[in-house]
Amino acid sequence: MISFVAQSLSVALLFLTLSACQDSPATSADNFKLVISGSSTIAPLVAEIGKRFESQHPGARVDVQTGGSSRGIADIRNGLADIGMASRALSPSEQHLHGTLLAHDGIGIIVHQSNPLVSLDSEDITNIYTGKVRNWRDMGGLDAPITVITKAEGRATLELFLQYFNLTSPQINAHVVIGDNEQGIKTVAGNPQAIAYVSIGTAEYDVAQEVPIKLLSLGDIPASLAEVQAGRFPLSRPLTLVTQTTPVGKIKTFIDFATSENMHDLVKRHYFVPRQG
Amino acid sequence: MIWSNAITSSPAKGDRFLFHVLRSFAGIAGILVVGILTFLVSESLPAFQQIGITAFVTDPSWHPTEGTYNLLPMFIGTMYATIGAVTLATPLGILTALFCQYYAPQAIASGYRAFIELLAGIPSVVYGLWGLVVLVPLIADLRPPGPSLFAGILILTIMIFPTVTLVSLSALQQVPKEYIQGATALGCTRWSMIRQIILPNTWPGILTGVTLQTGRAIGETMAILMVCGNVVQYPSSLFDPIRTLTANIALEMAYATDTHRASLFLTGLFLLTIVIVVIMSTQQARSNQAYG
Amino acid sequence: MDKHSLFTYDMLSTTIIWTVAGLLGCLFFWLLGDLMRQGIPHLSWEFISEPPANAGRSGGITSILVSTGLILLICMVVALPIGLGTAIFLSEYTAETHPLATFTGRSLDVLASVPSIVFGLFGNAFFCQLLGLGFSILSGGLTLACMVLPILVRTTEQGFRALPLEYRTSAAALGLSKRATLIHLLLPAAIPALVVGFILGLGRAIAETAALIFTSGYVSRMPTSLFDSGRTLSIHIYDLSMNVPGGDQAAYATALVLILCVLTLNSLAQWMAKHWTYTRRMNI
Repeated sequence: MISFVAQSLSVALLFLTLSACQDSPATSADNFKLVISGSSTIAPLVAEIGKRFESQHPGARVDVQTGGSSRGIADIRNGLADIGMASRALSPSEQHLHGTLLAHDGIGIIVHQSNPLVSLDSEDITNIYTGKVRNWRDMGGLDAPITVITKAEGRATLELFLQYFNLTSPQINAHVVIGDNEQGIKTVAGNPQAIAYVSIGTAEYDVAQEVPIKLLSLGDIPASLAEVQAGRFPLSRPLTLVTQTTPVGKIKTFIDFATSENMHDLVKRHYFVPRQG
Repeated sequence: MIWSNAITSSPAKGDRFLFHVLRSFAGIAGILVVGILTFLVSESLPAFQQIGITAFVTDPSWHPTEGTYNLLPMFIGTMYATIGAVTLATPLGILTALFCQYYAPQAIASGYRAFIELLAGIPSVVYGLWGLVVLVPLIADLRPPGPSLFAGILILTIMIFPTVTLVSLSALQQVPKEYIQGATALGCTRWSMIRQIILPNTWPGILTGVTLQTGRAIGETMAILMVCGNVVQYPSSLFDPIRTLTANIALEMAYATDTHRASLFLTGLFLLTIVIVVIMSTQQARSNQAYG
Repeated sequence: MDKHSLFTYDMLSTTIIWTVAGLLGCLFFWLLGDLMRQGIPHLSWEFISEPPANAGRSGGITSILVSTGLILLICMVVALPIGLGTAIFLSEYTAETHPLATFTGRSLDVLASVPSIVFGLFGNAFFCQLLGLGFSILSGGLTLACMVLPILVRTTEQGFRALPLEYRTSAAALGLSKRATLIHLLLPAAIPALVVGFILGLGRAIAETAALIFTSGYVSRMPTSLFDSGRTLSIHIYDLSMNVPGGDQAAYATALVLILCVLTLNSLAQWMAKHWTYTRRMNI
């Protein structure tokens, strides 16, 4: 495995050198290559955007590598990558880099449509997920045991959920562990006592499809795409494309392409919330 | 040999060429298992190096993002589900095989057999689908949350039972006619004939079928993933959700990176070892029986 | 034991066996009934001839049928020569005790018991990552080829071993070289067994899900090349039932199509094993 990493790194380096060599004489030509690296949350989306970019810019190659937000930042600093991907805002120590908002990732709490509750605050959610509260009665709902649904390890949604509520995964006391957002929605739709957290984009889409679920407000802020886009919904994070300086040239072409409205269908397909404007 | 024309005259050169081609094909087929093992080991090596082998049985639980990697709850989950399903499916399978062979009238027996063959051909994901849509909500009404060890055992039983029946049936068909004629002539009742003469003679065949189905139950992924709830824990009751080793891989592989990914390959290696041990030990038991 | 209790046991066992058979019959009729009741209304020509729409809730399964077909094609194009070659080598060219023969035989036995998810792991590490094929129809097909190899080899090998020794001795007496004997005599006679193995392998491959989720992937678009990710029927069922609210009906309908494919393959194999093998051998 270590040798594989070394191999892939050296291959990446080789490509970089090659592209560097190519860059100077052939900037006018259409042949160029972009190396993008970073967060595994954003990587699938950017890979799709890259494919579309390649099909519209013959000669362009977009290589997407994953390894976490911190790797993206590190690769940008070392010049190993042209664009970094971070599933968070830039921290104060990273202000010398340039970040472009690609999309938002927001998480909403969902329950079955027949559940009388309309909102839960952070403390309620923490209590439910740590198993301190096991019956809907204690939340002001019907007298029925709560089925707690959580996500499998490694999912970005779980990460954000834990981080926001200041929990660790061993603390979570779940009855069902799921993989994808849709799986959570499906489980909740089939179980009137269930509670789950899923991407808001997915949940809104399914509510529109008349799936019997509803999004609960977090405290008094309704969980909706509009609130996430406006930056008011707290359980969300920005997905950022990071560059060394203000993007220029080919990098700017790609970033403009990625943030254009034409990409919103791809953004939504990956259950993210498109940025406004 | 006479080497005279195009068909018959095949200079040794051509023969040898063909031999080499065939041998290399056989080599590929033989090396495949070694290749799979090598890959599993090399991909799980980082887990060995960074976590250490003991962590996989001594850590508090399975939370790769928190750095704890205990596989035991999932091993126990796999074992409970498999043992439960095999102990249910074996007697059921044998009884239905007896039904087809000795109890049912000819027409019903052949119809029933065709029916069982149909069931044996249904892909496991279809059983999973039915379990998820029909069985799990029923269990949820009985004792929430629904997805549970119990649902897993039932679905596995339904899945492996047809094949156990078919294998037992073919073992029953190999009992010499003379045994049955002799027993009938001696005035045995049908049941004592089955118990005293037929079953003792068919055990080895039935056992082979059961072993193969045990392997299948341990390795089953999709149906189990769909109905078991996938919570990593030691189940304290039949209605608790569990996660099996196979489900662990299928569930987390898509997003796993680095050590987490390596530990999933280790899960696969562990799973493969269990299956091989089960198959080998029963083969050993059988060959001992044959010579002993 | 007196006569009376013997008859009581007999009666008791008869009752139990009839009850068990009856109950299991009911259980499975319930299952199949559910499949038909939910699936048949969704089945139509459009279901076969249109691409999936709305995450598979509506539309059909054309692109999925195409992906499934391509994956099976790759699987068989790769597995068939290797399987046939290995079978011929094991049955015609080596003694059963030869080290390579025992080694290959053992490996195939182990391979036959490897859980499919482990094939998926291997395929993901080897084909997708090391060979750089990514999530593609090619990776999926190659992974399945590894999986069906044992069944293919064993069935074909048995076919060759079942051929009378006289074929080989008479051919040798007529001065045919080993290669000519193989190509003109043994291979045609063993083709039925090969076909049976082929169909059984196809049946196993088409039903597979776990080995494919990390090799051929989930994409339900119509594939344009073998390097595209493609979704098979079984993965479509899994996805519809697990991930798509309101996808149950389409899942049931797809399940019916899949069962129909598997059944056709299985009964074809059985029919051939019974009739074709026999008549072919008589004609030679």
